[in-house]
Amino acid sequence: MNTTGAPVHTTVDYLLGLGDDALVAAQRLGEWVTAAPELEEDVALANIALDQLGAARLLLSYAGELEGVGRDEDALAFLRTDREYRNCLLVELPNGDFAMTMAKLLFLSAYQLPLYTALSGCADERLAAIAGKARKEVAYHLDHAGLWTVRLGDGTEESHRRMRAAVEELWPYTGELFVADPAAPVDPAGLRAAFLANVEPVLETATLPRPADGWGPTGGRAGLHTEHLSYLLAEMQVLHRAHPGARW
Amino acid sequence: MYGHDFPVPDDGTAGGLLDQVEAAEVALRAAADRGRPGTDPATDTDPQDYFTALIGADQKIEPRDWMPEAYRKTLIRQIAQHAHSEIIGMQPEGNWISRAPSLKRKAILLAKVQDEAGHGLYLYAAAETLGVSRDELVELLLAGRQKYSSIFNYPTLTWADVGAIGWLVDGAAIVNQVPLCRCSYGPYARAMIRICKEESFHQRQGYEILHTLAHGTPEQHAMAQDAVDRWWYPSLAMFGPPDGDSTHSQQSMAWKIKRFSNDELRQRFVDMCVQQAGVLGLTLPDPDLRWNESRQAHDYTQPDYAELMRVISGDGPCNRQRIAHRRRADADGAWVREAAEAYAAKRAAERTAVPA
Repeated sequence: MNTTGAPVHTTVDYLLGLGDDALVAAQRLGEWVTAAPELEEDVALANIALDQLGAARLLLSYAGELEGVGRDEDALAFLRTDREYRNCLLVELPNGDFAMTMAKLLFLSAYQLPLYTALSGCADERLAAIAGKARKEVAYHLDHAGLWTVRLGDGTEESHRRMRAAVEELWPYTGELFVADPAAPVDPAGLRAAFLANVEPVLETATLPRPADGWGPTGGRAGLHTEHLSYLLAEMQVLHRAHPGARW
Repeated sequence: MYGHDFPVPDDGTAGGLLDQVEAAEVALRAAADRGRPGTDPATDTDPQDYFTALIGADQKIEPRDWMPEAYRKTLIRQIAQHAHSEIIGMQPEGNWISRAPSLKRKAILLAKVQDEAGHGLYLYAAAETLGVSRDELVELLLAGRQKYSSIFNYPTLTWADVGAIGWLVDGAAIVNQVPLCRCSYGPYARAMIRICKEESFHQRQGYEILHTLAHGTPEQHAMAQDAVDRWWYPSLAMFGPPDGDSTHSQQSMAWKIKRFSNDELRQRFVDMCVQQAGVLGLTLPDPDLRWNESRQAHDYTQPDYAELMRVISGDGPCNRQRIAHRRRADADGAWVREAAEAYAAKRAAERTAVPA
């Protein structure tokens, strides 16, 4: 089965989890283009979406090769159902207002940065190279989301209220990111401390309380998603599925 | 008639247009090296004479130079309209980002729409050198008091429309904009050099989308042909009304803002497209389109200018939708911009509050 000679601990499912996080995040960020609060932010969000999409393409291509049944990035992106997607729940949640989008990006990039940093030193050279490239981009995403979280949290009363609500609503979805998986190239459980070290100072500077840990929905990695993902995929896949086998 | 601006032979591709952009960039540098005509300190120089002399010597007018009020106003109107077109033009293509049929196409489209926002930013910055603020210009757009290109009031109904916009709309934009790389106002000419380089890349990508579709399944070919059928005349109309009806032309030519007439540029565009449509394997929807040996150019059917006027005055298929979308983005983002201002004000206050 494993004909590429890659170390056995990089599984197709693990790569799909990473790739789907990036792809679904890119799809949501792309929805902002033409609707952002400032032109500069249209540019920034499109730029971040492009980075995430670029990482997704590399990861899905690798997953397809490792799987070895002839599925390329497009077959994996456009021809899997929501029950086959492996992304975390956080990235599929609707964009909401700008505060919600920034809180989502803050949590995602605060998780991806230590993740990609650790993966860039892992034994699987192909995965290490992808992670090494993505790490540099994600550092920029974290910076961007952090600066906005601070501006909104410590801006006006209205922006503080919205930013606080966004952080509180999304915090429970961060639990899933760190569910232990000792067989993975990098066990997510070990990343939580670095995630908190990225997020807590931002929240403090933004004058926002760090929400308490409690209810924490999971299921994304097993293909058990929220009701939102199926709609996202219906839109993303509609044209590709309407023309089976076509080249674009 | 056009000063030192001899038409460069065009090989009929965007590559040829790109050569013209590069030639304009070289000319811009050469003019800077030559230096401007000096003023004679012995005589009391009339600023109008110096302005005319600069234009005559193919030197650039810069923001601090004296310029006739009408020149300033014409440029503000034209650059603002150009900037607004980039911003509104993000919508018809942005409409397909979520549904692009492959990840590669999605990435290319995202990058393109991002470039357009960037072009809007360069152009607003160029307009600001004329003493107007971007906020004022955006207000005028949202109030319907300044225009944007009529083409963006047409809907993108299929994926092939993204290809047709790249090939025809960006193609028309480049043909229109390449001469602006030699425009007499320095900040505008320099912005156009940057923009044209990226646009020609976009045009090639649109052409590639259509080429793939035209050589794909019968359904894809039909999709490509339908898109070209719908975008051909709106693209021809982008060059504006025929020369006899164009109100701004003569003065703009004398000022070297505009360097060719609407009809000359439209002809250049038709000749370029005919050749490319042949390679694409698609037809242009004009039964009277044919080579005219005596003119050494194609005869073609003019677009419906009554329709153009209706669209410009607000009654095209998507005018209301495009402006409503822009207004909604502006209104929905107001609290974010206010927050950024409040945050910046707090930080500034802290800095001044620090004891010396």
